[in-house]
Amino acid sequence: MIEGILIGIKTALSLQNLIMVMIGCFAGTIIGMLPGLGPMTAIALMIPITYGFDPATGLILMAGVYYGAVFGGSTSSILINAPGVPGTVATSFDGYPMAQKGKAGKALAIAAYSSFAGGTISAIFLLIAAPSLSKISLSFRSPDYFGLMILGLTAVAAFSSKGNFLKAMMMCVFGLMLASVGQDTLSDIPRFTFNNMNLSDGISFVLVVMATFAMSEALTIIIKGNDPSKAAKQISLTDLGSIKVNKEETKQMAATIPRSSILGFIIGVLPGAGATIASFLAYGMERNFVKSEEKEKFGKGSVQGLSAPETANNAACSGSFVPLLTLGIPGSGTTAVMLGALLGFGIQPGPRLYQTNPDIFWSVIMSMYIGMVVLLILNLPLIPYIARILAVPKTFLIPMILFFSVTGIYLMSFNNFDIFLMIGIAVIATILRLYDFPMPPLILAFVLGGLMEENLRRSLLISDGSWSFLWDRPLTLCIMIVIITIVGWQMYNSFKKKL
Amino acid sequence: MKINSVKIISLLFFVLSAFYLYSAHQIQVFAFDEGAPFNAKTFPIYLGYAGMFFSGLKIVLPDQKPIEVDPTYLEFKKTILLVLTMIVYGATILKVGFFLSTSLFLVFSYYFLGERRWTYIVIFSFPFVAIFMYLLHGVLQVYLRDPLLKYLGIMG
Repeated sequence: MIEGILIGIKTALSLQNLIMVMIGCFAGTIIGMLPGLGPMTAIALMIPITYGFDPATGLILMAGVYYGAVFGGSTSSILINAPGVPGTVATSFDGYPMAQKGKAGKALAIAAYSSFAGGTISAIFLLIAAPSLSKISLSFRSPDYFGLMILGLTAVAAFSSKGNFLKAMMMCVFGLMLASVGQDTLSDIPRFTFNNMNLSDGISFVLVVMATFAMSEALTIIIKGNDPSKAAKQISLTDLGSIKVNKEETKQMAATIPRSSILGFIIGVLPGAGATIASFLAYGMERNFVKSEEKEKFGKGSVQGLSAPETANNAACSGSFVPLLTLGIPGSGTTAVMLGALLGFGIQPGPRLYQTNPDIFWSVIMSMYIGMVVLLILNLPLIPYIARILAVPKTFLIPMILFFSVTGIYLMSFNNFDIFLMIGIAVIATILRLYDFPMPPLILAFVLGGLMEENLRRSLLISDGSWSFLWDRPLTLCIMIVIITIVGWQMYNSFKKKL
Repeated sequence: MKINSVKIISLLFFVLSAFYLYSAHQIQVFAFDEGAPFNAKTFPIYLGYAGMFFSGLKIVLPDQKPIEVDPTYLEFKKTILLVLTMIVYGATILKVGFFLSTSLFLVFSYYFLGERRWTYIVIFSFPFVAIFMYLLHGVLQVYLRDPLLKYLGIMG
């Protein structure tokens, strides 16, 4: 393991990769700061660029973008009470009141220190958990993987869809349907191509991500008539106050950070839960932990109320890499995008990644930590300047996002058909967004589609066409019981409220 | 049962799933694969049924939190103009070339979204695209197809 860590440090600290982490953090912060645009959009916009680099560098860039976008989301939550991503909604509960009291700089510093501490602690957990879980997951068989993938999809549908379980499941099926377009991987038989040669290789992952996130988010901002820069015009983005944190505040943070980190990491590892649930749970837990006089301050600018969700959401981000790196199964929309990018590099994440590509495995883990340091020493002092991006009017912002999306696909395929297909999917996604159909389950399903079919194929062939593989192995049976419990609970809730 | 937009979307998804299922049954598999436990159409067939099942439930069950979007608050005109501009951009990017089509796409998009400061419109279109192209093509060596600039002898 030590050797692996050293390889990771060496790779992550090369000049090119260090520059990539910095660029990634910087670009991620800017994109994540814009209300409505989150880490998935930030990563999606970066994918075409990463294909020009080797896999380790590409992944390092994406990891930097991810952390930068999460930090950027916190910034807009604190400064203008407009969370860029759901994971930073809880940050605004105490961050924004603090900013209203003229302590925006302090609130941003507390958020940055908490994110750094949460990220650091969880990176250590990841360092320990990932190799151990990799070894365990070597004993997993196709039926277990198939079960885990269904578990991932149902969990994301159940936990990330705000009570719209059926809508989320429809999106999962839609994602799997899109993934099935093109030649069958084993027999090369064309499926759903309708004799169109452009579809014989299937629909590009980058195209779907760009269409369902970057483009449709931009179109949603326009159709809803939202103006992200409106709130920014009401505050001074140049005078944010001191970023110094005093002894008393440091003491308060020191108590909050360890427990929120542990909670955040555990929640992050669970499929579907992610940063949003982690930050809300941490906020609630912290409120129960503090003394009654401190409890009164919650919602009015409490240091602990700000520190807890910030620590937890960053810890959850690291936690969400555990199933991705060890099982090859993403537990969230963002890690699904990263899995798609990895597959694009020709790398199959999973238990063997640890042995076959130790440089990639370890350099991603190490670059996460380096990303935290970069965020703290580079982004925090620059926040008054970066925050001005919030004032960019949508008349310039939206065309730029659309331009980068179209250019990304154009550079990958030099094909009009792909651009038209992307526009078509973006329009459908925009309509679906208007009616609260969640997009992360679609992306997760699209990425997992090929792997799911492959594992189902193997499982059915091993069991000679019998579905008994779902309960033959104790592990598969346990996974199936969890799936049935989740689906049953969601269906019960739907029926109970409707009857 | 109250009909609303979500129900209509679910109905459309039900029809799509039914069509998908029909198309899945039409997939031509090899003769020796026909009776195999798994072939190219097995997974799509299950997907078709799953799509019909979930959308069917969504249609039949009453809505927990009905969402109605008031069309009077939606900016249809701007959105449609933007989508049409993108389609024209997509159609011309290969023939006209990256520089001119991208610059014009940006100019029209800024204008359709309500921007009227022509200095900014010009700065963030033609020079911006030129710098972007230089970075991509000149510095990062990423190939950009531009017949117009090639014809003018600006790009190799």
